[in-house]
Amino acid sequence: MRVLVAGLNHKSADVEVREKLAFGGEKLGAGLHGLKAVDGLREAVIISTCNRVELYTSVDEPDSASKNIMAFLGSFHGIQAGPLEKALYFHKDRDAVRHIFRVASSLDSMVLGEPQILGQLKAAFDFSLKNKATGVLMNKLLKKAISVAKRVRTETRIAESAVSISFAAVELAKKIFSDLSDKSVLLLGAGEMAELAAMHLKSSGVREIVVANRTYERGCELARNFTGRAVRFEEFPHEMLSSDIIVCSTGASDYVIKKSHMHHIMKGRKQRPIFMIDISVPRNIDPGIDGLDNIYLYDVDDLQGVVDANMGGRKKEAQKAEAIVAEEVEVFERWLASLQSVPAIVALRQRAEDIKNQELLKVINRVRLDEKERKAVEYMAAAIVNKLMHPPTAALKEDVEDRDNLIAIIQKLYGLNGDTNG
Amino acid sequence: MEITFQLSLILYFGAMVLGFLELFRNSKAITWTMLALLGAGFGLHTVSIMISYFMAGHLPITNPHEATSFFAWCIVFLFFVLEYRYKIGIMGSFIIPFAFALMLSSALLPMEVKPLAPVLQSSWLGVHTFFAFLANASFALAAGIGIMYLVQEHYVKGKKHLAGLFQRLPSLQSLDEINYRLITIGFPLFTVAMITGMLWADTAWGSYWSWDPREVWSLITWLIFAIILHARMVAGWRGRRAAVLSILGFVTIIVAFGGLKLLQTGQHVFL
Repeated sequence: MRVLVAGLNHKSADVEVREKLAFGGEKLGAGLHGLKAVDGLREAVIISTCNRVELYTSVDEPDSASKNIMAFLGSFHGIQAGPLEKALYFHKDRDAVRHIFRVASSLDSMVLGEPQILGQLKAAFDFSLKNKATGVLMNKLLKKAISVAKRVRTETRIAESAVSISFAAVELAKKIFSDLSDKSVLLLGAGEMAELAAMHLKSSGVREIVVANRTYERGCELARNFTGRAVRFEEFPHEMLSSDIIVCSTGASDYVIKKSHMHHIMKGRKQRPIFMIDISVPRNIDPGIDGLDNIYLYDVDDLQGVVDANMGGRKKEAQKAEAIVAEEVEVFERWLASLQSVPAIVALRQRAEDIKNQELLKVINRVRLDEKERKAVEYMAAAIVNKLMHPPTAALKEDVEDRDNLIAIIQKLYGLNGDTNG
Repeated sequence: MEITFQLSLILYFGAMVLGFLELFRNSKAITWTMLALLGAGFGLHTVSIMISYFMAGHLPITNPHEATSFFAWCIVFLFFVLEYRYKIGIMGSFIIPFAFALMLSSALLPMEVKPLAPVLQSSWLGVHTFFAFLANASFALAAGIGIMYLVQEHYVKGKKHLAGLFQRLPSLQSLDEINYRLITIGFPLFTVAMITGMLWADTAWGSYWSWDPREVWSLITWLIFAIILHARMVAGWRGRRAAVLSILGFVTIIVAFGGLKLLQTGQHVFL
């Protein structure tokens, strides 16, 4: 049994191809069913996300299985061989194991270190498990992949820092304020990015979101989305006395909040700290405000700078993660190799057991033995078999380089014919 | 200087080194080892102080060696209280150096135990000094937290390097609140120490206040922290200003404590 990965991802295929090959919704069950019937294929897991469609399989022989899988995908999704061949990649054995570990650890993701992929992988595995499409190999491999991903998560900082502007804003808010649950957000204007930031802040548990928009009706609509409250745009200076986080994107061509305003407002706030996020271009908040105490002002470029730095940090952490993956691939390979000799061991033991039983039967039929004597003979036969069988069994279990060779030799020596290759 | 003191000095040193490492590395193992070393050092330090206590029959703070050692003990004690309450391992990187510096100077300072002058043999000794040291220790921690605040603010305002230490330091608001809390604990203790000191001075020398240099510096310290609290309540001086002022306040204490000791003047000559 060997591991084979067939798939496509955001690097190998455009979104048009990816969506054609996706196993979404109902298609997943049917797909898994069809895949299981592919010739030479023993186990299968299908993972289908917006950035990748991958089939994790165990097969008798990878090269012929690859062809069969390609043919299956072509007929299942109704795609011609040409474009399919261009989009697909195949990994076998060690490379396949490494690939699965890297995917689980989010080293192969479009956004390095993003955490969703692990959940998607778990779901895909569960689905196959429920549909009895997995066996010893896939179960072990997928469980291992999940544990490798967790190890990467705890031992590196690959997923630690925010890599989108709105998450960077939330992260900063958490380093300015001790507890977001008693903080309120003032949304000034309604740009798309501002809304996104407000939404992330909302899901991080801020107490209230207040919207001040030039068109009051639009403000009300937004406020409903956030289950917040809308105020008239002119009232925003008053709201700034009680808000802790200001997200500003009004589309005005000049500063809406000036330094002289802020002096006043901070006095009214008794200097309680305020986090101001200016997402508008051109900027709507006077950058000079950042020089004041207890005001933390970030504009789009500042946040982008944070994101870029974090991305760089993730790339550095990814190197550590690759080392962890390499180490775990080694461990898994050893387990896989030991698995290969299991059928040979079973056949060997079975052969010895058969011979022992035959010979015992002969003796017992020929000679009259009382109970005690019969037990003694049986005991002796079992002891001889066990002692003789111990060294070859131990040799098969050992971690040797040319295991295939050893298996062949033992098969020949003990006359084990039949299917012992697994 | 007996063995328990020496051992605790070494353990504090180890904890301090790990504290420095902690600034550059994110590792729970480092934090735990640091806390374990500090805890072991603290245990031995406590034993060392108890030995002196039973040998002298009063709180061992009657020579410079004992006094600085007890000051360090109070800081580590409060550190553990804070650590228990807030669980901020990285605090060790900023606080332990204070404790170690005091322990080291304690090891170098004269340590002969002179018999206590009869006028000073009073139960005020224990009460006055205990409150004074606990108050000073909370101000020391407030200064350490103040430094942490300034470092974290530097990261937030700098808008770069928002990884590593920035991630491990608590939020600005938490640091500000802890700083404030420490001062609200330290200030009443300090006030009690001042009052008991005056009462003691009255019984020992027959006058509540004699403009002794130590008394003057204590008054300055008291005023600084009174200003910090007042400005916070009235004008909202928090965050950066509170952090800077609490560091300044602690510097005053160190000057009063160390500088005056070198001069060896005034009624507090024994301390």
